Amino acid sequence: MTAPTAETPPVLRLRHLSKQFGGTRALDDVALDVAGGAVHGLLGHNGSGKSTLIRILAGYHAPEPGGELELRGVPVRLPLRPGQFRELGMAFVHQDPALLPALTVTENLRIGAFARGSLGRVSWRREAAQVGALLAEFGIDCDPLARVERLRPWQRPLLAIVRAVDEVRRLTAAQGVRDGLLVLDEPTAGLGDASVERLFAVIERIKAAGFGVLFVSHDLDEVLAITDQVTVLRDGRVAGDGLTRALGKDALVEMIVGHRIERRTTAAATTPDGPPLAAVRDLRGPGVRDASFSVGRGEILGMTGLIGSGFAEVGALLAGALPARHGTLRIADTEQALPGLTARRAIATGIAYVPADRLRTGCVGELTVGENIGLPVLDRLVRGGVLAPRALAEHAGALCRRFDVRPADPTLRLEALSGGNQQKALLAKWLQLMPRLLVLEEPTQGVDVGAREQIFAAIRAWATDGAAVLCLSGDHEQLALLCQRVLIFRRGRIVAELAGADVTEERMAHECFASAAEQPV
Amino acid sequence: MNVSPPPPSNPSDAAARPASSGTAVGGRVGAAARGASVPPASGASLPPASGTSPAPTRGASLRRLIDRYALLLAWIATIALFGVLEPDTFLRAANFTSMFSSQAVLVVLTYALLVSLTAGEYDLSAAPVLTLSAMVLAILNAQLGVPVGVAILLALAAGGVAGVVNGILVVWVGIDSIIVTLGTGTLVSGVVLWISNSEMVSGISQTLVNWVIVPRLWGVSFGFVYALGLTVALWYVLDYTPLGLKLLFVGRGRRVARLSGLNVGRLRFGALVACSLLAAFAGVLYAGTSGAADPNSGDSFMLPAFAAAFLGSTAVRPGRFNAWGSFTAVYFLVTGITGLSLMGIQIFIQDLFYGMALIVGVTLSLLVRRREQRERDVAETPED
Repeated sequence: MTAPTAETPPVLRLRHLSKQFGGTRALDDVALDVAGGAVHGLLGHNGSGKSTLIRILAGYHAPEPGGELELRGVPVRLPLRPGQFRELGMAFVHQDPALLPALTVTENLRIGAFARGSLGRVSWRREAAQVGALLAEFGIDCDPLARVERLRPWQRPLLAIVRAVDEVRRLTAAQGVRDGLLVLDEPTAGLGDASVERLFAVIERIKAAGFGVLFVSHDLDEVLAITDQVTVLRDGRVAGDGLTRALGKDALVEMIVGHRIERRTTAAATTPDGPPLAAVRDLRGPGVRDASFSVGRGEILGMTGLIGSGFAEVGALLAGALPARHGTLRIADTEQALPGLTARRAIATGIAYVPADRLRTGCVGELTVGENIGLPVLDRLVRGGVLAPRALAEHAGALCRRFDVRPADPTLRLEALSGGNQQKALLAKWLQLMPRLLVLEEPTQGVDVGAREQIFAAIRAWATDGAAVLCLSGDHEQLALLCQRVLIFRRGRIVAELAGADVTEERMAHECFASAAEQPV
Repeated sequence: MNVSPPPPSNPSDAAARPASSGTAVGGRVGAAARGASVPPASGASLPPASGTSPAPTRGASLRRLIDRYALLLAWIATIALFGVLEPDTFLRAANFTSMFSSQAVLVVLTYALLVSLTAGEYDLSAAPVLTLSAMVLAILNAQLGVPVGVAILLALAAGGVAGVVNGILVVWVGIDSIIVTLGTGTLVSGVVLWISNSEMVSGISQTLVNWVIVPRLWGVSFGFVYALGLTVALWYVLDYTPLGLKLLFVGRGRRVARLSGLNVGRLRFGALVACSLLAAFAGVLYAGTSGAADPNSGDSFMLPAFAAAFLGSTAVRPGRFNAWGSFTAVYFLVTGITGLSLMGIQIFIQDLFYGMALIVGVTLSLLVRRREQRERDVAETPED
């Protein structure tokens, strides 16, 4: 049915597509066909090569020689120029809708058309009527003259998609091209279930209009729900492809993860002795719809999920870096409300938050290692009214040696250190405050193997000494090595808990990719 | 147990620690001794563990030394140049004492900007506040007969009010400081024209004049002594107190500062108020220097002050706004202007010179920071 036949060549045909970055092969001999009037899923873990493939189509990367690209049966020479995709009848919609919130729906949708169209007076009434018709065609109910910032959040991605469709139509009409190609890159990230269904309704109409849609996602359930065909990438290679319905969920999970997963029954969670040291109840805020959990003394609790599932925001919410809407936090015997929590108070309560974005939120790279480490305790280092640079260097130097920051020279700029040493310096900065709840976000991102072991050891030592540790990460291997218990997030909620022998990479991957259908959400 | 846990034990065993270099045996002592100044030219190799960054080389530390004193050398070179070109007039002691004495106002205004720039805020209202303060002082003292001491306090208070308004708009309302201070600065200029009737007000008490411009120490006026004292004070605050470092973090990484528990709002507010107070003090010095206040007196200081602040941030502590660097920068610029005017070059050269100095200063300070970043970027791979 949707399979390409000799008479109707696929809208997009890729063959032998490879891309090398330094020592890693991001794409290796990938083939992909997207038929007109069909939705084709592109599935894979982070780093599987999905983004690289899209960037090649967008003309952002040049593939290795030997790659072939055909659009509607016509060969196109690679690499593409940046922006050439427009002429070829392609459009991209990325996670960030790139709409101007202060402008109206009509202005946002026609902004390209003004530039290319009549230079004279713009007839707003005609433009609005055209946009209204376009929105009606795809079943989107909103006022063309409303400002985008006034729309419901879920309407924005729909607008971006319709804008892309409109753009492709306008450009291809002139060239007599019929079938366009729409690339949707993680279009559902951050959307709730109901919004995802609305988005799917729009995609169905786009499909009915004859477009080929490349639906890029790592969300298995969505791919199962909306796509006709699917290609799974793993480590830059095609791990499998075919008709979505024929393959089914288990086969797809296996292709994504790379080995067969045995379905095991969840073992009873091993709760640590005594009452939990830190307990969070009914946490709600950006990205998190509802989460309650507790961490025991000496426990390292992991949190994971797909991108946009909300686990990554938990740390910022607990540290006062993001505003919580609802929820309470109890550490030992003191309970406080999370809304209105400032970073200052979070620190005073005994929370330390080591963010993933080291050089933007963790520390200031152009200042020295000593200054960065000393920042939270500057007032304690004053002697006789003077904060001597020597006192600061001595204090930080001792910490550098304790956490094995190399080189252990506090006068170096922090950005001059390697990622692993930056992270060790950050741990030193926060552990000197003796936090009772240590929240780590992607603690070994961009960290080499040797430093990773040291960071693990420091985290374990801190937990063993009686603190509670929360580790937020999309790296399942790391969580399996560190954590006694792991919570899986999906659409802002905790949907599964793994403990003890169940804390394995396979189980986590399985729960992340395939848990939603089994869980009441 | 409800106390916080003790510090964790060393995560690595002794063998994993870096071998101490020859100069830094015993770690603590060595690190402390070299902690203050230039990073060590460590030729001793660290263990070949993965992930260690290269230690700075001897060439890097030499280059850093040149960076620090380039502006001082440029100043000396300028003096030498004009000494050769205009030996009779330029090299006279009187010329130097007058240069040092006359620029105290500019030095103090530059420091006002230094405080706000360190906290990451641009204060374009500093020069109008200088004028306001001088004018308030002149009107109170010369026209209304208020004792000069009281008049000075009220002039400073006027500056403080301007700073509080800036602080409220920038920190509480959350408007960009450039826009806010462009507005308040223009508003303040309007107030000055209004209260002064757009005319110069003279006749300020001779006591103030005596305490500012009459030569005291080796022929240099007290105004210069105040400026020098302020340099030391600012040097102390920025380099030797937690406050200085906190302001720096607020300016360079507001998010980092907030997450590290600093009260970022209060620090920014305080920086803007301090900036206005210092600008008002510059106004007091101005009134003392000329014995009068002119409704346009601050205008000519605005650009030189920004030029000196940015040029100064390329010297002494390159990459940071700092007191001694700005001090050097002010006198470098003034020496250039004085020399050129002694050669009989027309007055427009001032604008050319200061305008160029601002652009060069900003460019250089950007290049200093960018070069340091480039050293880092080389090591990092661009792709995932």
